[in-house]
Amino acid sequence: MSQNAEKVVDHFNLFRQPQYVEMFKNKQAQFEDRVPADEVAKGQEWTKTWDYREKNFAREAVAINPDKACQPLGAIMAAVGFEGTLPFVHGSQGCVAYFRTQFNRHFKEPSACVSSSMTEDAAVFGGLNNMVDGLANASSLYKPKMIAVSTTCMAEVIGDDLNAFIKTAKEKGSVPAEFNVPFAHTPSFVGSHITGYDNMMKGILSYFWDGKAGTVPPLERKPNESINFIGGFDGYTVGNLREVKRLLGTMGVQYTILSDNSDVWDTPTDGEYRMYDGGTTVEQTEAAINAKATIGMQEFSTEKTLAYIAEKGQEVVALNCPIGVAGTDKFLMEVSRITGKPIPAEITKERGRIVDAIADSAAYLHGKKFAMSGDPDFTLGMTAFLMELGAEPVHVVCTNGSPEWQQKTQALLDASPFGKGGKAWAGKDLWHLRSLLFTEPVDFLIGNSYCKYLERDTGTPQIHIGFPMFDRHHRHRYPIWGYQGALNVLVWILDRIHLELDRNSIAIGKSDFSFDIVR
Amino acid sequence: MNMTVEERKAENRALIDEVLKAYPEKMGKRRAKHLGVVEEGKSDCGVKSNIKSLPGVMTIRGCAYAGSYGVVWSPVKDMIHISHGPVGCGRYARGGRRSYYIGTTGVDTYTTMHFTSDFQEKDIVFGGDKKLEKIIDELETLFPMSKGITVQSECPIGLIGDDIEAVSKKKAAEIGKPIVPNRCEGFRGVSQSLGHHIANDAIRDWVLDPAADKHKDFESTPYDVTLLGDYNIGGDAWGSRILLEEMGLRVIAQWSGDGTLQEIELGSKPKLNLLHCYRSVNYIARHMEEKYGIPFYEFNFFGPTRIKESVRGIAALFDDRIQELAEKAIAKYQPQWDAVIEKYRPRLEGKKVMLYVGGLRPRHVIGAYEDLGMEVIGTGYEFAHNDDYQRTTHYAQNGTLIYDDVTGYEMEKFVEKLQPDLVASGIKEKYVFQKMGYPFRQMHSWDYSGPYHGPDGFAIFARDMDMAVNNPVWKMTKAPWN
Repeated sequence: MSQNAEKVVDHFNLFRQPQYVEMFKNKQAQFEDRVPADEVAKGQEWTKTWDYREKNFAREAVAINPDKACQPLGAIMAAVGFEGTLPFVHGSQGCVAYFRTQFNRHFKEPSACVSSSMTEDAAVFGGLNNMVDGLANASSLYKPKMIAVSTTCMAEVIGDDLNAFIKTAKEKGSVPAEFNVPFAHTPSFVGSHITGYDNMMKGILSYFWDGKAGTVPPLERKPNESINFIGGFDGYTVGNLREVKRLLGTMGVQYTILSDNSDVWDTPTDGEYRMYDGGTTVEQTEAAINAKATIGMQEFSTEKTLAYIAEKGQEVVALNCPIGVAGTDKFLMEVSRITGKPIPAEITKERGRIVDAIADSAAYLHGKKFAMSGDPDFTLGMTAFLMELGAEPVHVVCTNGSPEWQQKTQALLDASPFGKGGKAWAGKDLWHLRSLLFTEPVDFLIGNSYCKYLERDTGTPQIHIGFPMFDRHHRHRYPIWGYQGALNVLVWILDRIHLELDRNSIAIGKSDFSFDIVR
Repeated sequence: MNMTVEERKAENRALIDEVLKAYPEKMGKRRAKHLGVVEEGKSDCGVKSNIKSLPGVMTIRGCAYAGSYGVVWSPVKDMIHISHGPVGCGRYARGGRRSYYIGTTGVDTYTTMHFTSDFQEKDIVFGGDKKLEKIIDELETLFPMSKGITVQSECPIGLIGDDIEAVSKKKAAEIGKPIVPNRCEGFRGVSQSLGHHIANDAIRDWVLDPAADKHKDFESTPYDVTLLGDYNIGGDAWGSRILLEEMGLRVIAQWSGDGTLQEIELGSKPKLNLLHCYRSVNYIARHMEEKYGIPFYEFNFFGPTRIKESVRGIAALFDDRIQELAEKAIAKYQPQWDAVIEKYRPRLEGKKVMLYVGGLRPRHVIGAYEDLGMEVIGTGYEFAHNDDYQRTTHYAQNGTLIYDDVTGYEMEKFVEKLQPDLVASGIKEKYVFQKMGYPFRQMHSWDYSGPYHGPDGFAIFARDMDMAVNNPVWKMTKAPWN
């Protein structure tokens, strides 16, 4: 029998049974018009060559496995961090199904978001009716405290005007005039998901600070001693924001996290579904204008937002996803400098512990060559950390990296002996990275779930860090920022290094003299 | 517990009325048409379908692009499918469907790859036709073994007046391979369903009919069939194919799971088309019936009862030889099915299930649950048409709650009230109901398990439902001190 009720096999082992293997063989031979195996093998070898790499890098039109998503995804990530906020995406409805699915699969959490479900008639006449009905339905059914509106490329191409539409919808009674509906235009053909985060964050702040779309007088800034903190688009937001709160709490700093989405994407299984949980309140958001300074943890994810906040008279500090010792040092020293609060001994001791951990493991990290792909700030933070560990970042790929990112990352590499020979690749995709890995191999690869295909193709062992992370569970619950975050990243990297050492020394009587119990 | 059918119907109707109260009045009236109760003897489920979703209600539906690219085309493994427009659609669709295939990805097969024109503002302003031409040249350089290309339009394409048909014709002549344009912009139609239709029409016009005279040396047999509408999720099509072969049939093509261009071109050759997902392929099946005289038969390979019914139904269309082999195959698998039922039925007997899925599963899986002694008390479709609800009456029990294009709000309230032992739906629903303490299985992706189709699939289905329903975690949701 092909199945045994006591030990049921699924796709992993079922299809390796001989009757299926035979079936595959016959299908391929008789009906598929398959390219002969030797030609496929030859073709496969060719993709590993410098010749292929040159042709691959000569591409100007097609993107192949680009490592970036589109704006509204980021807008949703920013929106759900405000208390009771329902993200509302104006345009085609399929987009929202995709956005929700991305977050569901990454966080293993529900992710509420509605669409205005525009179809052909809206493409011709505009989506005003969809906005009018959509706001009314969404507020009736889901009782949000606020609805944050962004757009799909469809609404952008036909030129729907969110400000005017929302105003009309309110006049028609979809939601009360005083109900908060901040918005941001988030065209998918500009930038990437980090741009969408930036646009929505700026949209929400400017809505509250500049007079709620012309309905009330703008707020006047009365500077106080508080500081604001913005995480940026971050797959580790649950762990990271909690770690930031712990550190700022330990320092006794008065702070506001603008968009705190750490609770809504980490709700308990206790019999109750929380569509909304936690988040920055309207009062906190309004009061945030008065802060002394704002710290953006990811510069490229909050460029416009930080510029806007600076215009209001606040000091702004832009960091680049501080992973590791120096990154965390800088973060804490900036907080200390701005607030005048000293960094307590407790945190200094934590710093000592991560340095201790790095010292303990340095021999396994030193000189190891790495490739990585990810968002601009993530790759900057990770590059810096790898070099702290004595490892060597060789290929740093950032599909949504700007020329400024490339310059900054290259300068970071060039400034360290461990970055010698490393190169920052802005605008390149994972098919470019595949060529890089074949022609200039490295020891390890850092990236998100999509990068696992690169491990399969090139044999480069992957360390799963990034967004989205569909095939490894619960990583988002761990911080990658702070000294605690550095320890987590260090352990993930070391686990894979040690696993590879074991795998490479497991052959009995051949290599197992190195299969050491002590490492 | 021991409610009569009439009491259950009354309860379900009261529940529908209660749920509709949450909507603004006009909208409640529109939603009322989509909610109903199965009445024995009626020709359908008494609900309207294939109508625009209301704005802002949190529909679970997708779009035409998802139907054309994600469902129908992307599994065709030896063709390159270009997501034409901005970067997001193809990124989100990539690899998530688990449409299994065998090949060397990036060399002669491409299903899990994402090819996109990554539209920028200048492409919106000046149009993308020139870029598309260049993309096709670049793909020819880097992937010379591809058998053809499809263009999958994202929203902007239809709005900016691009002529992808002209580009496709011109470049197809140049490269000597089929290039298939699909006008599957996400704003077209009301759900992914129109995308299936658009893809079916594109197959007809750009591949199937043009290739009708192509494979002249193809040697037919009286037992040639095509497996249509199986996307090989977790290997489903393979799970079905093996049984069809055991019955003595020759499966000359799979549409489209683990499929190839040639298999689509062979579409005019079989003696019979076997449809698993009627919804997504009925258009092309009807065309093949009209143009090539190929009849089609809808079958159901979920669970032994329906498998046996289908195997015998298919065999009855062939000769004694096939009928004998069909009985032999049933006899071969019967002990395996019996052993599965013997183990799992006592653990699942009487458990109530609420379904909400896509094409065929809201009806087709009911039998498999019943084989395990489970009862489906509510079901609904994301993108059905009325003919799906007609077909549902064959499977659903009298009094079953029906919800078409259900909204997040409705589904939550229905489950809260009916308290099923298992909710079986999609990823967007999964965590909502798990938080509420309900065991859940994804019925699009099989929760990364599968296959569920075919004789071997039933054991996996039973194991998975048991591991959801009887998982110890569901006893821990309440803190002991509360």
